[in-house]
Amino acid sequence: MSAVEVRDLAVDLDGTPVLRGVSCSIGSGGWLALIGPNGAGKTTLLRAVAGLLRYRGEVLLDDASTRSLTSRGRARLIAYVPQEPELPPDMTVTEYVLLGRTPYLGYLGGPGRGDREAAGRAAERLGVSGFAGRRLDSLSGGERQRVALARALAQEPRVLLLDEPTSYLDIGHQQQVLDLVDELRTAGGLTVLSTLHDLTTAGQYADRLVLLHEGGVDAAGSAAAVLTQERIARIYAARVTVHADAGGTVVTPLRDRQ
Amino acid sequence: MIPGPRHRRVLVAYLVAVAFLAAAMLVSALVGAADLNPLATVAALADHLPLVRLRSGLSPLDQAVLVQIRLPRIAVGAMVGGLLALAGAGYQGVFRNPLVDSGTLGASAGAGLGATIAIVYLPGAGTAAVPVAAFAGSLAGVAIAYLAGAVGGAGTATLLLAGVAVSGFLVAVQTYFQQRSAQDLQQVYTWLLGSLSGATWQQALEILPYSAVSVLVVLLHGRRLDVLSVGDEEARTLGVRPGRVRLIVVAACALGAASAVAVSGLIGFVGIIVPHVVRRLAGTSYRLVLPLSLLAGAGFLVLADALARTVLSPAELPIGVITALIGSPAFVWILRSTRPVRT
Repeated sequence: MSAVEVRDLAVDLDGTPVLRGVSCSIGSGGWLALIGPNGAGKTTLLRAVAGLLRYRGEVLLDDASTRSLTSRGRARLIAYVPQEPELPPDMTVTEYVLLGRTPYLGYLGGPGRGDREAAGRAAERLGVSGFAGRRLDSLSGGERQRVALARALAQEPRVLLLDEPTSYLDIGHQQQVLDLVDELRTAGGLTVLSTLHDLTTAGQYADRLVLLHEGGVDAAGSAAAVLTQERIARIYAARVTVHADAGGTVVTPLRDRQ
Repeated sequence: MIPGPRHRRVLVAYLVAVAFLAAAMLVSALVGAADLNPLATVAALADHLPLVRLRSGLSPLDQAVLVQIRLPRIAVGAMVGGLLALAGAGYQGVFRNPLVDSGTLGASAGAGLGATIAIVYLPGAGTAAVPVAAFAGSLAGVAIAYLAGAVGGAGTATLLLAGVAVSGFLVAVQTYFQQRSAQDLQQVYTWLLGSLSGATWQQALEILPYSAVSVLVVLLHGRRLDVLSVGDEEARTLGVRPGRVRLIVVAACALGAASAVAVSGLIGFVGIIVPHVVRRLAGTSYRLVLPLSLLAGAGFLVLADALARTVLSPAELPIGVITALIGSPAFVWILRSTRPVRT
């Protein structure tokens, strides 16, 4: 059974077809990384699964269509962290992480003890409880990313959607965040769908890659199967070498010296 | 576990706001054109408290001044100030912009037009028609701006721009009517500047139902406004429907502001400066900003009215002049001392 299944998805943005006939699926506890050149439709696919865009086709969660879900119901199952999460500058880390409990609160209710406990667990797991009282505008890039993840985790979702979770992080913080996400899915049974622009990193962390190109799926499968020199050259117009070693499938850019 | 809001700080904030309002009301009851003995006035006020029986020594005339003139004026002033500040805070939450208030979406311009038409064309209806026309005009202004700005599923910026456009249009129409009837200019200007000089218990009772609905609905949406501060898209992934929250809060704020405008005319700046001062002192969560703005706005306007009555006593300054005299410098101070708003 697939935790998430995308079936024949099509999205138009402003009258322009952006995705066409996209199908892919992730098993429960799996991590699927969407890769592809700029403009291939990675973020659009993520936003469609998050329910933020109109689409044709189906997005299934545990084999059930997500179309019939209420916005609250969807928010309890799917959490989404955009590439640049909007962190209100004056809000404290605590208040922000608690926002993740919104889908569990009644229309007029406030967070109760259970909600604060859930938010506290999320903050603990992402290592942000140490600075829970700080204002969001005082955080570094790595801290911001962790706080955004903690908010998403406080939703206690089944599926975590991450749009380029490492784009503003240095290599050390990239590994830290990706290791954390990996831990969350292996220990917590979370299913992860993310975009990742770095091909080597995508191959190292995700157990399945889907290569999008011009709004459609060009290839899907393991890193070794998807990341071939010929394919990367064709789709990215990039000169690379690809070799497999103990660290996974490594894509190295080549400089064409005259 | 993540701790709850710092209860002590919240409690202190409420206590300060309530004390400010109470002090403003007391000061306002003690000052004015009629020279009431302060001690006797306090005694007369205390006499109205439950379980207190005091003989104040106020003459029947002084009693009447206190109960029929000053107290209703304080009550109406508190309601108007509270509603304007609450509506301002609500609009600021909806639009995520600290510079908007209840007038931004066409409410003030609509009220001005309504009142002007009533003054110019319904002189026979006397004072009764003006508040009703202002109330209706205020709501109509917001409704037109909302409908104009919501076309195309647009965001908050479009809505604000529509408010600017609709306000400009309504002000132009209002000016046209006003200029056609030069003999009414004085009355129109007096109304536009705002005043509580005609306040009665009846007015307070008439706007009470609308005020109560407005206050209740806005206060109950504080947490949702906090969620909107992460942006529409993320709010949606948290299960909140930003368009619906915006519509409900705008409608409730418009109702409150229209009630205020109906009995007081146009009083500016309360809706901008009060929520800002509250934010600087008590934090930015709307669950706190909204109720504290209600209390502080009430106190602020009662004090401003006391000033309006005493500065040139026995003549009265329009209260809009007082709030603008305090409001404009305060506004500049806020602009200079807060960080730029991200748009």
